[in-house]
This record gives sequence, structure tokens and C-alpha cells, in this order.
Amino acid sequence: MASTETSAVQDGDVRDEKSVKEGGGDLAGLEAGLDALDTVQTGRPPFRETFVRKILPPLVAVALVLVVWQALVSFEIVDDPSKLPAPGDVWGEIEDAWLQGTLLGYIWTSVSRGLFGFLLALAIGTPLGLLVSRVRFVRAAIGPVLSGLQSLPSVAWVPPAVIWLGLNDQMMYAVILLGAVPSIANGLVSGVDQVPPLFLRAGRTLGATGLRGTWHIVMPAALPGYVAGLKQGWAFSWRSLMAAEIIAQHPDLGTGLGQLLENGRNSSSMSMVFLAILLILVVGIAIDLLIFSPLERWVLRSRGLLVKS
Amino acid sequence: MATTTLAEGAGGTGTVRHAARIEHVSKSFAQPTGQQLVLDDITLDVAPGEFVTLLGASGCGKSTLLNLVAGLDAPTAGEITTDGRPALMFQEHALFPWLTAGKNIELALKLRGVPKNERRGRAEELLELVRLGGAYGKRVHELSGGMRQRVALARALAQESKLLLMDEPFAALDAITRDVLHDELTRIWRETKLSVLFVTHNVREAVRLAQRVVLLSSRPGRIAREWTVDIPQPRRIEDTAVAELSVEITEQLRGEIRRHGQH
Repeated sequence: MASTETSAVQDGDVRDEKSVKEGGGDLAGLEAGLDALDTVQTGRPPFRETFVRKILPPLVAVALVLVVWQALVSFEIVDDPSKLPAPGDVWGEIEDAWLQGTLLGYIWTSVSRGLFGFLLALAIGTPLGLLVSRVRFVRAAIGPVLSGLQSLPSVAWVPPAVIWLGLNDQMMYAVILLGAVPSIANGLVSGVDQVPPLFLRAGRTLGATGLRGTWHIVMPAALPGYVAGLKQGWAFSWRSLMAAEIIAQHPDLGTGLGQLLENGRNSSSMSMVFLAILLILVVGIAIDLLIFSPLERWVLRSRGLLVKS
Repeated sequence: MATTTLAEGAGGTGTVRHAARIEHVSKSFAQPTGQQLVLDDITLDVAPGEFVTLLGASGCGKSTLLNLVAGLDAPTAGEITTDGRPALMFQEHALFPWLTAGKNIELALKLRGVPKNERRGRAEELLELVRLGGAYGKRVHELSGGMRQRVALARALAQESKLLLMDEPFAALDAITRDVLHDELTRIWRETKLSVLFVTHNVREAVRLAQRVVLLSSRPGRIAREWTVDIPQPRRIEDTAVAELSVEITEQLRGEIRRHGQH
């Protein structure tokens, strides 16, 4: 008995059993000790480590691709510049567009369309996803169609959109919406489906039922799935927009990246085609890296869900 | 006949004489093989300020009974009356990971209708009560298992219910932490004068904490026996009196379990 009593006593001084059992300062001290022992120290890794493990590998990969590309041209393995232009020629194309002041114009035309279309898809996809996930009849009615729509290439919507709306911006937005809304709605639905039932029970015992339950428990709990849906929704918006821009050509539409690609094909300029493809890729990745990845990491990190590799 | 009623404090049918009254409650679930009876004619009262542990092997329906009292499910037959809506604590902490420790407690206050300007202060008081004064801004994943359960306890206390239901809340903790939390729970129970209905399969824990131990038999759950524990608090899990009563209860529990092997 005595040994267990002293374990609760600090500084080794013996106190009477009553005060130990009452757990005044001793219990508090014991608890503080346990808390200190159990608490995990977390912090961000130093920049050097992040650089070596996260930033360096993709840079090496890109450099390697450039080396192979240059080698294909230099050693005349592919000696037809109309099939494969030299990296320098594509760079020259970028320089020209920059000096003429048109480069940012191309990018902005597409990016502004893409982001506005995405925001529209967000405004429609979110309530739609909530409706599908929370109302059984709606889920049974349109749930399968909604997930099926994800596998329909959005380029298929371009011809009907042109017929319905004509060659204008509205038609572009329609194609983006048809591509992105299902992704965003489905992301939210799967986010809601993955909410641990324990949270719902805990919420109900706290009095969060009905709409209050949706607002305080279901929505925040579903956030990781929702953000994953947003990420995919952006990818689909961007792809749909490029499909629409390549197919729909009209002077009023201005020159976005898709039109730039099509212009390159029409003027048989392979370096312009390469430039357009590169820009489409870079912009898509940049938006994801600048907006969606940080958002996702923040959501996961704040919940302790970010697995440290 | 199957009802769960909330008797609203003193405003209803005179003074409430119990924190929870469970009368002839049965519960069965639909199974592919037919209706399976999980709880059979349970009658149990929890007096105001009383600490009762429900003890039983797996399959005795003790968690089911707790869910019924919490109002998360309805009994098949019988009646459950509680004095207001009970608070419930689970084996898993069930804290919301998107909120800090303090905000978890504030959410409970908010859902109870506590005005915004009082919530922060009240949440800090409750964290002080479970001796986690510095943890207000901590995220759930930054806390240890024992600290999480204490925040969960603080959140349950924020509901200001007269009855606290606990479903094996310390089962997943290490022995040292569990022992400390037993002391902590006893202290808080005596300070707040709450009624507690505590479910466990740990005989020593049941005896260590309770004024009354109720043993349930398994499949279906019936009340097998009750013990009044008059060992004076504060107790330790190593106390001889606790050990002796635990041996007696364990014998009975083993007898209940053995019956199932004889069919």
C-alpha cells in the first residue's frame, strides 16, 4: 500500500494518507506531470529539410525532361522542327509573346474565365451536394446520375452548348459548370458520408439536431472531403474550359490559351502549340499549388490528419 | 407504452425524486434470424447525486441501455424518465477535431443557449475544473488521451445536466492515467453533486467509483444483482475493501458468463 501512496507524492516528502487521497495539490501535480509526459512536441521542419525532400525532386525531374528533350533535338534523333521544336524555340516564343505584351493577356483571358466559372460551379454544386447527401429521395433520384456525369468527358457538352447558347462566354461557362458541378457536389456527398457516426451522436447529445446539426457538426466534419471535391472541381473546370476554347473559335471570344493552341495548329507552328500546352499545364498546376493545396493542407493540419512522411 | 420522457425540473409534477427512472424497459433489435432481445425488463432508479455503475460482460446491452437513457434510441417496451436531457460521455473522446478544446466546450454552451459573452469565461472555468487551464487554444490532436477525456468531461459538464452518462470513458487509457482520472472524476462528482450512471466491464473500476454497483447478465441483459458500496470515499483501487468486494462481484460475474457455455 505504502508504495502506491508515495507514488502520488512529490518531492519525496511523506504526507498523511488523507491529503493524498483527497488529491489536493498532489493530484494536480500528478496530472500536470502526466500531461507534460504525454504531450507531443510538434513543429515545422527546417527549410533545408523541406527543400531537399519536397522541392528538389520535382526540380530534378523537370531538368531531366528538358535534357532529354534537348538531346532529342541536338543529336537529330527527331530532326523535323515541325514535329519537335527545340526547347530554345519554345522559349523564344514565350519571349516574343511577353515582349509584345500578349502573354499575360492569353493567360488572364483563360484564368479569369476558369476561376469565375469555378466560383459559379461552387455556388451551385455546394447546395446540390448538401441536398443529395441529406435528402434520401433526392439521393436515390439523382445521386447515380451525378456520379455518372463525372465520367462523361466535358468536351461532349461543347456542341450542344454552342447550339443552345451560341459562340459566347455563356457557352464557355455552361461547359465549365457541366464539368465541375458534379465533382464539387460528389466531393461534398462523400465528405458527408464519411462523417464518423460518433460525431453525429455526440452532436445529438449536445442538442445539435436538424439544421443546427448540419451547420455545427455535419458541414465542418465533411470539410476534408469537400475540399478534395473542390480540388477536383478546379481540375475539371480547367479541362472543360480548354476543350471549349479549342473548339469554339470566334473573334469576339478573345484569345485564351485554348485558342492559342488552335492558332498554333492552323499556322503549323509547333513551337506555338508547345507554348500553349506548357502554359495550360503550368497555369493548372499553379492554381492548384497556390490555392487548393494550401487550403487542403490547412484543413488537414488543423485536424492533425496530415501524416508526416 | 415505450417512451422516453424528459421531466422538466421542478416545474412539472412536483419535485423529481430521481435523476433517472428506468421502468420495465426492454429493447430488441431486428436481426436476419428474427427479433433479438438485448435488454429484458430492466428497472433501475438513479437518485439525485447518486453514482451508479452498470457492470457486465460483453453482450449484456449496457451501452444500449445508456443510449436509451440518453434518448439516442427508443425502448421497445417500458418507460424511461430523466430529469432534463442527460449529458453523455463515450469511450472515444468524441471531441470535434475542427475546434480547439475551448471551442468544443463553447459549442456545448452555445447549443444550450448560453449568451455569447458568457461562453468564453464559462469554458475557461470548466477547463480549470478538469485542471486543463492552459488548454483553451489547444487542438484536439495536440492533447494526450487523458487530456482529451478531461476536455470531453468538461464539455459534458457544460451541458449542466443533472445526470451524466458515461460509457466506458476510461477503457482506452493506460492504467496510470485511468487511476488519476478515477480520482479526478470522484472529486468532480462530489463538487458538482451530479448523478452519474457509469458503464464498465472493469469490476475494480466499478467498485472504486460507485455508491451502487448493478450487475447485468448477458443475452438478454437483465439485472442479476446489486451491491451497495459503503466503503468511504476517497478510495483507492488497491484498498483491501475494494479488492474484497471486487472478488465477490467477479465470482458472480463469472457465474453469469459460465451459464452461456452450458447450452
